[in-house]
Amino acid sequence: MVSAEHDALPQRVKETVMKYLLLIYGNEAAMLATTEANKGQTLSAYVAYTEAMQKAGAYVGGNRLRPSTSSTTVKVTNGKTEVLNGPYAETKEQLGGYYMIDVPDLDAALAWAARCPGATYGTIEVRPIWEM
Amino acid sequence: MHVTDANDAAATAEAVARRSYGRLVAFLAARTGDVAGAEDALSDAFAAALAEWPRQGPPANPEAWLLTVARRKGIDAGRRRRTVWDAAGHVQLLTEELASEGSDATAIPDDRLALLFVCAHPAIDRAVRAPLMLQAVLGFDAASIASAFLMSPAAMRQRLVRAKQKIRQARIPFRVPDRAELTERLGTVLEAVYAAFAEGWADPNGTEVRRRNLAAEAIWLARLLAALLPEEPEVLGLLALLLYSEARRRARRDAQGDYVPLTRQDVAAWNGAMIAEAESLLRRAGAMARPARFQIEAAVQSAHVARRLTGQIDWPAIVLLYDALAAITESPVVAINRAVALAETDGPATALAALDSRAGDGRLAEYQPYWAARADLLARAGQNSAAWAAFQQAIGLETDPAVRRFLLQQRDALEPVRCG
Repeated sequence: MVSAEHDALPQRVKETVMKYLLLIYGNEAAMLATTEANKGQTLSAYVAYTEAMQKAGAYVGGNRLRPSTSSTTVKVTNGKTEVLNGPYAETKEQLGGYYMIDVPDLDAALAWAARCPGATYGTIEVRPIWEM
Repeated sequence: MHVTDANDAAATAEAVARRSYGRLVAFLAARTGDVAGAEDALSDAFAAALAEWPRQGPPANPEAWLLTVARRKGIDAGRRRRTVWDAAGHVQLLTEELASEGSDATAIPDDRLALLFVCAHPAIDRAVRAPLMLQAVLGFDAASIASAFLMSPAAMRQRLVRAKQKIRQARIPFRVPDRAELTERLGTVLEAVYAAFAEGWADPNGTEVRRRNLAAEAIWLARLLAALLPEEPEVLGLLALLLYSEARRRARRDAQGDYVPLTRQDVAAWNGAMIAEAESLLRRAGAMARPARFQIEAAVQSAHVARRLTGQIDWPAIVLLYDALAAITESPVVAINRAVALAETDGPATALAALDSRAGDGRLAEYQPYWAARADLLARAGQNSAAWAAFQQAIGLETDPAVRRFLLQQRDALEPVRCG
C-alpha cells in the first residue's frame, strides 16, 4: 500500500492552451546493454505513462526512436546536398523518443516530464511549441 | 567514517551560516521593510561563509563575521539602490554595535519569527510562501528551490522577486500577530514549513542533496518555531509530525533499494531518538488541550510507530483520528488515508465505498496516491480488472522509480487479467 503521506493535491485549473515537446535523452549504449527484465519493466512503465497522459487529456503524440546509429543527416549548402551517416551531434546522451503534450502551463509540463520513466536514467528536455 | 565526519562538519558549518544569515536578513528587513535589499546587502558575505566555514569551521561569532564581510564587500554594491543603501547603513551600524559589545551575538534581536509571518502572510501567493521562507530565512538560491518544487528556475526567480516587491510596496508589517489572530496566521506559517518538508520527503534515498536539505531545513524551521512559540500546541504538533516521518526515512527502502510500505517497514531501521522526541512533543502539545490538524496527523504517526513496541498497528485508533481530521478539513487526501485505514478495520468493500464518495473530485484524476490506494483496495476486494486499470494509472503518474517498480510488481501479481 502506497499511502498519500505528505503529497499536496494538484491545484491546477485545466484549460489546455500550450503544447510542449518532451524530448527524452538517455545513454543509448547502456539502455541496449541492460537485461531483458529491465527492458520489459521500462516498457511497461512507458505504456502506463502514456495511458495516464491520454486519460488526463494531455497526450497529443509521441514515439520511440530507433538508435541514433540508424540516423542520417542531410544538409544543402550552396545548392550542394550533403548526406552524412549518424546523428546531428555526437553527445553522451542521445535522443531516444519524444512526446508532444497539451497542458495549461510549464509547471504542468514539468510535472509530466518528472513522471516520464526516461527521467530516471536520462534527461527530459521540455520545449514549448511555437504555434504558427 | 571519516568522510561522514567531514560531511557532518560541513553540514554543521552550513547550518550555522544559514542560521546567522537568517537572523541578519530578518533584522535588516524588519527595519527597512525590504527583504530583497537585506539579501543583497548580505549576499556576498553569505556566499563567502558557505565557501569558507565548511572548510575551516564556523567562526566564534558568526553574525559578526558576516557583518564585517558584508560591510567590506556590500557597501559599494549597495550604492545601486537606495533601499539597499539603507540596509547597508544598518549593516554598518550593526557592526559598530557588535564591536562595542565584544563578541556577544545575542545583541542582535531575533526577528526571524516576524520574517516567517511576513513570508506566509495571506497577501502573499500561497504557492510562493514556502519558497520565500527558504530563501529569506535560510538563504537557498532560486535554482535549488525551483528544482525541489519542480518549477523552472526562471519562473521561481520571478515569483520570489514579485513576492518581495509586494512585501515592500504593500508594506506588509514585520510583526508577530496578536494573540487574537495568532492561531489563524500561524496556520499559514506551519503549512508553508510542512510544504517544504513534503518536497524534501519526496527523495527517499537522500541521494539528492538539495531535497534532503529541504527536509532537514523544514525540521530546523519547525524547531525554530517551537523554540520561539513554546506555548502553541500546533507548532509542537508539526515538529512532532516531521520528526516521526524523518525517523522512518531510511526504512522506506530495503537493501536492494526497493520500496517498502510503511506497514512493512523494519522497525529496527527507524530512528528511536527522533521518535522519542516526537512522542514527548506530542505529549506536551496534548497537555495544552487544543487539538488541531498537525497534532492529529502526528498522533496518526504515533499510532503507526507504536508497532515497534506492540508489534501491531492500532488501526481502529487511526480510523478515529482520520475521522477527527475529516471533521476539520475538506481535504480529499485525508479521505484517501481514512479509506486505507478503514480497509483494515471494516474490509476493502467498505473502504472502496468510502473512496467512491470522493470519485467525483476532479483534482483526484491526476493524483497518484488516490490511484495507488484505489488499486490496492480493488485488488483486495478481488476486482482484478478494475485493480489492473487503477495500478496502470498509478504507475503512469508515479515519479519515483522504486515505487513504480513496486506498483508494477503488485499489478503483475494480480490474477491474469488484461484491460484496455
